[in-house]
Amino acid sequence: MKKYWRSLEELDLIREGKALEGTEEFPTDGLSKEEIKQRYIANRRDFLKLLGFSTAYAVAATSCQQPVRKAIPYLVRPNNVTPGVADYYATVMHDGYEFAPLLAKVRDGRPIKVEPNDDYAFSGTTARHQASVLDLYDTARLQHPLKNGKKTDWKTIDKEITAKLDELKNAGQKVYFITSSLASPSFEKLLGQFIEKYPNVEPVFVDPVSYSGISKAHKNLFGTEVVPAYRFDRADVIAGFNADFLGTWLSPVEFSAQYAKTRDLTGGHKKMSKHYQFESLMSLTGSNADHRVIIKPAQEKKLLLKLYNALAQATGKPAIDGAPDCKIKIDALIKDLLAAKGKSLVVSGTNDPAIQTLVAAINLMLDNYGKDKSVCVKRAFNLRGGDDTKALMALEEIKAGKVGGVIFHNINPVYEFGLNKDYAKSFKALKLSAAFTERKDETAANVTYVLANNHYLESWGDAQPYSNTFMLQQPAINKLWDTRQPQESLMKWAGISGDYHTFIQNYWKENLYGLVTGYKDFDDFWTSTLQKGFVEINTDQMEEPVDAETQAQVDAQHQAIADANPELKEKDPFAALQSMAGDLRAFQKPQGVELVVYEKVGMGAGKYANNPWLQELPDPITKVVWDNYVSVSPKMAEAKGWKQEDVVKVEGNGYAIELPVVIQPGQDDSTIGIAMGYGRQGAGPIGDGIGKSAMPFVRPSNGIRSYTRIPVKVSKTGKTYTIASTQIHHVMEGRDIVRETTLKDWMKNPKSGNEKHEYYKKKLKNITLYKYGYNPDDYPGHHWGMAIDLNKCTGCAACVIACQVENNIAIVGKEQVRRKRIMHWLRIDRYYSQEENKLYSPMKDNPEVVHQPVMCQHCDNAPCENVCPVAATPHTREGLNSMAYNRCIGTRYCMNNCPYKVRRFNWFNFVEGGDYPYLFGDEVKRMVLNPDVVVRQRGVVEKCTMCVQRIQAGKLQAKAEGRQLKDGEIQLACEQACPTGAIVFGDTNMPDARIIKLFDDDRSYGLLEELHTLPSVVYMTKVRNKEHVDFDFGLEAEAKEDAQKEHKA
Amino acid sequence: MYKKSVRGELILGNKSYAQITEDVLRHQESEPKWYSAPKWWWAAFIFFFILLAVGLGYFVPLTIAKGIGMWGNNNQNAWGWAIINFVWWIGIGHAGTAFSIFLLVLRQKWRTSINRAAEAMTIFAVMAAGLFPAIHVGRPWDEFFIFPYGPNSRGLWVNWNSPLLWDVLAITTYLTTSFLFWYMGMLPDFATIRERSTGVKKKVFWALSFGFVGHLKTWRRFEDAVIILGGLAAPLVISVHSIVSTDFSASVLPGWHETIFPPFFVVGAIFSGFAMVLTLMIIIRKVYKLHEYVTDDHLDAIARIIIFVSLIMGSAYLIELFIAWYSSNMYEEYVFDETYLTGDYAVPYWAMFIFNAIVPQLFWFKKIRRNLTTLFIISIIINIGMWLERYNIVIPPTAQDFLPANWSEYSPTIVDIGIYLGTIGLFGVGVLLFMRYLPIMAMNELKQQAKRQTELTEEKSVYDIFEKKLVK
Repeated sequence: MKKYWRSLEELDLIREGKALEGTEEFPTDGLSKEEIKQRYIANRRDFLKLLGFSTAYAVAATSCQQPVRKAIPYLVRPNNVTPGVADYYATVMHDGYEFAPLLAKVRDGRPIKVEPNDDYAFSGTTARHQASVLDLYDTARLQHPLKNGKKTDWKTIDKEITAKLDELKNAGQKVYFITSSLASPSFEKLLGQFIEKYPNVEPVFVDPVSYSGISKAHKNLFGTEVVPAYRFDRADVIAGFNADFLGTWLSPVEFSAQYAKTRDLTGGHKKMSKHYQFESLMSLTGSNADHRVIIKPAQEKKLLLKLYNALAQATGKPAIDGAPDCKIKIDALIKDLLAAKGKSLVVSGTNDPAIQTLVAAINLMLDNYGKDKSVCVKRAFNLRGGDDTKALMALEEIKAGKVGGVIFHNINPVYEFGLNKDYAKSFKALKLSAAFTERKDETAANVTYVLANNHYLESWGDAQPYSNTFMLQQPAINKLWDTRQPQESLMKWAGISGDYHTFIQNYWKENLYGLVTGYKDFDDFWTSTLQKGFVEINTDQMEEPVDAETQAQVDAQHQAIADANPELKEKDPFAALQSMAGDLRAFQKPQGVELVVYEKVGMGAGKYANNPWLQELPDPITKVVWDNYVSVSPKMAEAKGWKQEDVVKVEGNGYAIELPVVIQPGQDDSTIGIAMGYGRQGAGPIGDGIGKSAMPFVRPSNGIRSYTRIPVKVSKTGKTYTIASTQIHHVMEGRDIVRETTLKDWMKNPKSGNEKHEYYKKKLKNITLYKYGYNPDDYPGHHWGMAIDLNKCTGCAACVIACQVENNIAIVGKEQVRRKRIMHWLRIDRYYSQEENKLYSPMKDNPEVVHQPVMCQHCDNAPCENVCPVAATPHTREGLNSMAYNRCIGTRYCMNNCPYKVRRFNWFNFVEGGDYPYLFGDEVKRMVLNPDVVVRQRGVVEKCTMCVQRIQAGKLQAKAEGRQLKDGEIQLACEQACPTGAIVFGDTNMPDARIIKLFDDDRSYGLLEELHTLPSVVYMTKVRNKEHVDFDFGLEAEAKEDAQKEHKA
Repeated sequence: MYKKSVRGELILGNKSYAQITEDVLRHQESEPKWYSAPKWWWAAFIFFFILLAVGLGYFVPLTIAKGIGMWGNNNQNAWGWAIINFVWWIGIGHAGTAFSIFLLVLRQKWRTSINRAAEAMTIFAVMAAGLFPAIHVGRPWDEFFIFPYGPNSRGLWVNWNSPLLWDVLAITTYLTTSFLFWYMGMLPDFATIRERSTGVKKKVFWALSFGFVGHLKTWRRFEDAVIILGGLAAPLVISVHSIVSTDFSASVLPGWHETIFPPFFVVGAIFSGFAMVLTLMIIIRKVYKLHEYVTDDHLDAIARIIIFVSLIMGSAYLIELFIAWYSSNMYEEYVFDETYLTGDYAVPYWAMFIFNAIVPQLFWFKKIRRNLTTLFIISIIINIGMWLERYNIVIPPTAQDFLPANWSEYSPTIVDIGIYLGTIGLFGVGVLLFMRYLPIMAMNELKQQAKRQTELTEEKSVYDIFEKKLVK
């Protein structure tokens, strides 16, 4: 064996021949052979010792091992991605149900939040938009196409469907393409090309919730079937008739923003719009009205007729004769409308062409139509262009088996039309039945081919919400599953090569690039539009008729009307109106108990039923979560002997459901309301079976779905059903929690309603048990604050969901909400007015409603801080009341001592999923969590942090850029989501900040300021534009009249 | 100061020292084996042990495993049954020390027959009470954060502004002191048992008695130590419940933010403690036939104290109502005027009022005071009334506080009730073990009393005699 030397000394030794003898590690010199053997050979004892030790060690070592968690870092950093820094992509949420120009916030490749695209006028979001990002990660979404309910692949689908389409084309059999309103120029072009290839395909447009009444009315009057653009900011007097335009009607985000603009009393504004609301159920819009009048659904028409005739008399237009008598006094409204001629707006939410025609005629008389007026036909609203009549006919034909096939796109008629089994079964009987859908919903369950859609955040697209506005939709994440956007399927089937992205680009190049100026080339136009999200085409061009063909149609229609009524020689809308006077004056008889099927702010038509954020969103009015119910007025409940939570059976239209009763003040005494969007059977595991479907009650009248005046029989079942509501006491008990005044008083004295503020400010200055309190020296840098204008807040609850998305707030489920353990950091308190504004006085029959968002007030003298034994909730040098989760042991003393009760406790380990799978249930869903906000373990208290992560990010940004923070640079999640701009956040130490002016405003006050908690949040007095005394609207006389007529009939 | 002319004979039947020892120890010395006990004892023991096992062996681990959500608490009523029960048990835990120490300091010799049992009761009640704050926090495993912990590697300190911190300190101090006081009092009796027993038992009591031999010097030191410890513990009785009351009164809530709370709580605690002593002594006297030691006069004296304390309670309730009206604070007014008197919580409020302020007034009648059945029933009623008082303090003010939009309804869950019953089980098992194995009455003090009432002239204490002898 070769020997190596290790050092020079050793080399010497080797040379001397002495090397390495006896230098083993364990020398054996002087030992006998036995001893050597003893030493080196393991005996039984040694073996057992070793075995024991190694086993024990192995057990100890393995038992201590942490579970393996995979975190794969980037080997090569992708371009444009900085780990930990969010990117924003302008896109559009547009799926036939909801529409909004948005910015998708993408962190490390994952969209985690959507925010309004503030470049767009009247931007903002609703709760539904905010919640939509969770749907992306919903594993209940289809993950691959289905054929007869079984998994298949796209190749098979393409092969079989094109074969069937060819077969049907050759046989000349009709194929219906039933879709929600597309409002997408590229898609419309694509659909055109598809129809070119398959001329037997007939598109039918229909909306989940029908607005056909409006378009039919405009057809009646102007000859164009169009939903006009409404502009509430151009109206000084607004009259709403059963139209919940701030909550659900048409385009609530824009309307809320426009409405709030007319109600802004900050920055020297002294004018405010006047809002009358006539409605049967208590809607969000009604709750914000200056004057709210309860009418029966049947009274709406004759009330509008009365209004029409009164205005006609005043403006010299022909009246409609023989109008039924109406005792409701609306002199004040008539006076106000006439005074604001050209600057007013009347809207109705009833989907009835006759009523909508009257409304349109009233607006026309009031000179409200026009380019710069409150109603604009030229700038049409394209998102609700459905035609109920055609859709219903198509469905009848399908049921009768008269057509060859049907393809549904982004619509779920089995649920939304409340179709019975006969219809549903007829789909599969056709040669071809397919549905483009995100989920295996009620319609998809009844077709052969289920074509799994992408989520909107995974898709390309464009949109044209208004005639002059074009928007681009871009994906924010690669497809999660084997899904495909419908346009690509149609391209495949029509044999168009390329992808949809290129198709859109080509369309924009050919059709839109020519209409814009100021871009270098098309690429510049495309890139900047993609970045900005939308482009508005010069509106002057829009004044031109869209094209000659449409104009010809309009002319032809006018001609037809003129021909039918020889006495009408000119194209006069009022003449057209007279021609249908019979229809208009037809008396609507009250039919006992009438049902109104309405849309809820959170749930809408029910597409998002599997979204737990929306299910757990308290209804802005009733504050009920996770259910729908029968809402009845207190008087009706008393007369019928129903109590809250009693289950009643509602029968009508050959359909019956059992639902619990919720008592709702401010509702008509013979009308009940049931929300649509519940009772889903294909939304997913969370949404299925929640509530009951009210859709089958909705039956077409004159070919249009009518959601109101449904005659029903209601009977008590004797059962009860528990309802989870976040608020069980509804009046303020005379406390000045929400301070309120009238416009007149405010004009006289800007402090009116808020007189106490001055008193408390002086009286309580520097009184505190503890050393600290507000001392400007304590806050040398920033001092964050927030102002909430109660005059702008409509209570729409977008902020509630935005806060929940931003801050990883747990969803707890119905049972926990019922036990008052909802986790929302930001809640909206809703109060009804009392007869007299003092202790114990009863609630009004038609109460005025106030909404008040309440979150942590970040008191400078916080009661919660000094009671925590472990100092887990200290005050920061920037005026924030902070929460050290790691420090908190959960004594909950702070929760008790918070006078606002905004602190939330993790009653269970919600972050673990388990029994609460809503948000933390699976790995995919957890992708929606905001990595900037820590999730909270069970047993700790949490609350609003004023989005401290956003404050921190803003400060770092400014520091990195070496500049001072700018006012408005940091936006909180709630502030950002708010469509009305009711919430303003800022630094009260910054001299020119917007918030300083708001803090110093005479309307500002601190909630419970008499406790001297020194909140950093101020509220601003709500101002109603009304007289002191309520008008006598003559409702009782009207009720008697109706009763007599009913008796006679 | 014992005056025979006032109090009468506190030990009936002219007992000799030997007889006293016999009487007190008879029930344990008559048992042949260390584990044998009468049937009633076993029945009661099994009953309470099942409560203990289910309540603390099942529901407490369940709470710790799953979270406080198992209880009825909610975001509005962050404290629920746990705190009610905590305050209730602490109140009961006042009996022993208040009874024993106040009467000791005031030289009320009639305490001798009762103080041992009352002190034992204190220990078990405070143990039951101490359980609640421990399991009430959201993260019990981090509970040590609450102790101001010396070599602080966490670099964090506690918040001395928080009444809750003082609460923890007060209760631990109180438990320690009460235990020492109780144990020290038992030393001579342990020594007596040691001398009278053999085998293992002798060894056990040898250890327990710490070598108490009955030398004059030992007695002297013993007496001094007891009186010094008593003097130290007396303020604790006041401070513990005063500090517990600041948990509420230092807050801002209407119905909690009241300066009357510290004395109100202490008096309430003494009230419930005396009622519990009454309940327990009636039972002990009955089962061990000790009516010669716990005489009708003893019970009569307790009942008289209860009348007095009940009057204080009644006036405290009226003062609360008056102040609520007088303050013109609308939130306070609402809680008292609406929530308590006529509103959602009227039933517990009026039940509390009647049970605590009106029913005990029946003790003005001698017949009722001297009737064991009525005494027993009323003592139970007072305990229920005092539980309701804590319910009225903990629940309604948070349920209906400043912002009506938050108002909530509170109801306990089966886990809440289970844990409460579990603590009753703990208390019952503790008391039963005490009754079976330990000297239930302070034999040494009884002997002094017997001597006092037979041999000595009034106003002379044992010390005087000893000292005279020493001088001689």
